[in-house]
Amino acid sequence: MSTTTMTRMAALGRAEATLLWRNRSAAFTALAMPLVMIYAMHATTAKMGVGRVGMTATAVSVTGGIGMILAFAVYANLVPAYVTRRDELVLKRLRTGEPTDLEILAGTALPSVVVALAQCAVLVVAGTAMLDLSAPRRPEVLLLGVVLGIPLMVACAAATTIVTRSAEVAQLTTMPLWLVSLAGSGLFIPLEIMPHQLADVCRLLPMTPVVDLFRAGFLGGAGAMRVVRDVLTAGVWLGLAGWSVRRWFRWEPRR
Amino acid sequence: MHTDTDRQVIEVTALRRRYGSFRPRTTKSATTANGTKRDTGTAAPTGTATHTGFEAVRGISFTVARGELFALLGTNGAGKTSTVELLEGLAAPSGGQVRVLGHDPYRDRAAVRPRIGVMLQEGGFPSDLTVLETARMWAGCTTGARPVAQALDMVGLTARHQVRVKLLSGGERRRLDLALALLGKPELLFLDEPTTGLDAEVRRETWELVRRLRDQGTTIVLTTHYLDEAEALADRLAIMHQGRIVASGTPAEVTAARPARIRFELPPGVSPAELPLSVPAAASGRRVEVRTERLQAALTELLLWARDKQVELVGLDARSASLEEAFLDIAAGEREELAA
Repeated sequence: MSTTTMTRMAALGRAEATLLWRNRSAAFTALAMPLVMIYAMHATTAKMGVGRVGMTATAVSVTGGIGMILAFAVYANLVPAYVTRRDELVLKRLRTGEPTDLEILAGTALPSVVVALAQCAVLVVAGTAMLDLSAPRRPEVLLLGVVLGIPLMVACAAATTIVTRSAEVAQLTTMPLWLVSLAGSGLFIPLEIMPHQLADVCRLLPMTPVVDLFRAGFLGGAGAMRVVRDVLTAGVWLGLAGWSVRRWFRWEPRR
Repeated sequence: MHTDTDRQVIEVTALRRRYGSFRPRTTKSATTANGTKRDTGTAAPTGTATHTGFEAVRGISFTVARGELFALLGTNGAGKTSTVELLEGLAAPSGGQVRVLGHDPYRDRAAVRPRIGVMLQEGGFPSDLTVLETARMWAGCTTGARPVAQALDMVGLTARHQVRVKLLSGGERRRLDLALALLGKPELLFLDEPTTGLDAEVRRETWELVRRLRDQGTTIVLTTHYLDEAEALADRLAIMHQGRIVASGTPAEVTAARPARIRFELPPGVSPAELPLSVPAAASGRRVEVRTERLQAALTELLLWARDKQVELVGLDARSASLEEAFLDIAAGEREELAA
């Protein structure tokens, strides 16, 4: 029987899921951290007076939650995973086999992607059922945010390994994108309450369009211009990350 | 799938591999978990050469026919692994051409991979998976994979299938790597130092397995720095030195080109000058070494002379050229070059 992209990625994803489960601290980061962070940041958001831009703190926290999920379950989880597989020569070994380069990267990311999708579903269900938000106004726009955000963060994780010499320093190398996103991509500070010039700069950050699409899809206000601008911004970042991975990604450790 | 007209499974022409200055490689070897020193195949001399790039493979050509066991021999850093990685399609050559099973192994990866099996010099396995989980993962990525249990049985790892990879011995890891290389019943098998770190008994078993695979028609490319391994297994071999092939042919052909050797020590009071002129001897003190292409004739002369003169040749040792001799000759050449 010939293998296909699906069978190969399933085999890689299954192995990676086993490894994620066996690595307690990684499993905690992926499974619990997003929810902990959403809860922890809620109080801060409440103090910022988001009411004057017509939002509630709960609405901001829940919709910004996509950012927390992408930052922890996907990005912070995948960078050390890729680096560890590289240093164990697993990536090199896989490249001697039938999987393509893209399948190796995607298969390794599969458990993180599944976790992130499940958490997004929880976010939407919990938001509407328990936290007094109305059902998503434009579910297709919300979904667009998820569908763009996940590959974008996977590509950013792969790109971050280029400057990550070992799994130990992954905590350090993931910090810039994580801090910039937290502060400037609307995860808990909506861009609407920022000064205009600052908001314009923040709109160009990689995670901003993803959070914006998710938020607009959930709460409403997703005009055509806004959607196009977000998709373009996310697309440029995805292209940049993908290009640098193609150009500089290391499949085996430096000697 | 393939016809008999593609008798050459591997064709290599004027192959080159250069490591550029943008990928500095400063150390020549890596020490592995079990303490053995291995060449990484990506060796570059330390110092300034790193910055100007380093050519590990310098224009080599050879072919491997279907069903043949071809061995690449060489000292550490000779370019064996760098060559094999090009054959496996892990990197593109910086010059020359490689054809594997009629395809370019780098560009036409999808056509070549399902038909080959690869055992890398260091197995890359996630340390927290068990042997069975690792083999299952690999089977899911392998066309026409044999049952996982069968592959583990072939290398004698059945009893260890529940053990995590990080708890395996160095030898057990080599065997797991071999099991994965065999999973897809490959037409062409690459074995990069397959018995490094194995104890003598397991090494013999691995040899038997390799011979069995060859007898069943698998074409095998093997790198090794064990000369007895090459002598025992190879149909043909090539000795690499500093990125070039310096000797190639059947083991008999390679050794035939080298002189045989006689060594002994003369007793006190007998000068090397008294030795028969027909024996080309070189003496240092009382120790004498004779290098000759006519071992039997030279030895006869020497023994008749010793009987006539009633001289006892202490520690007499006569041997035909072996692969080891050929290899040491080449290594000695390297030392002379370094000294010069």
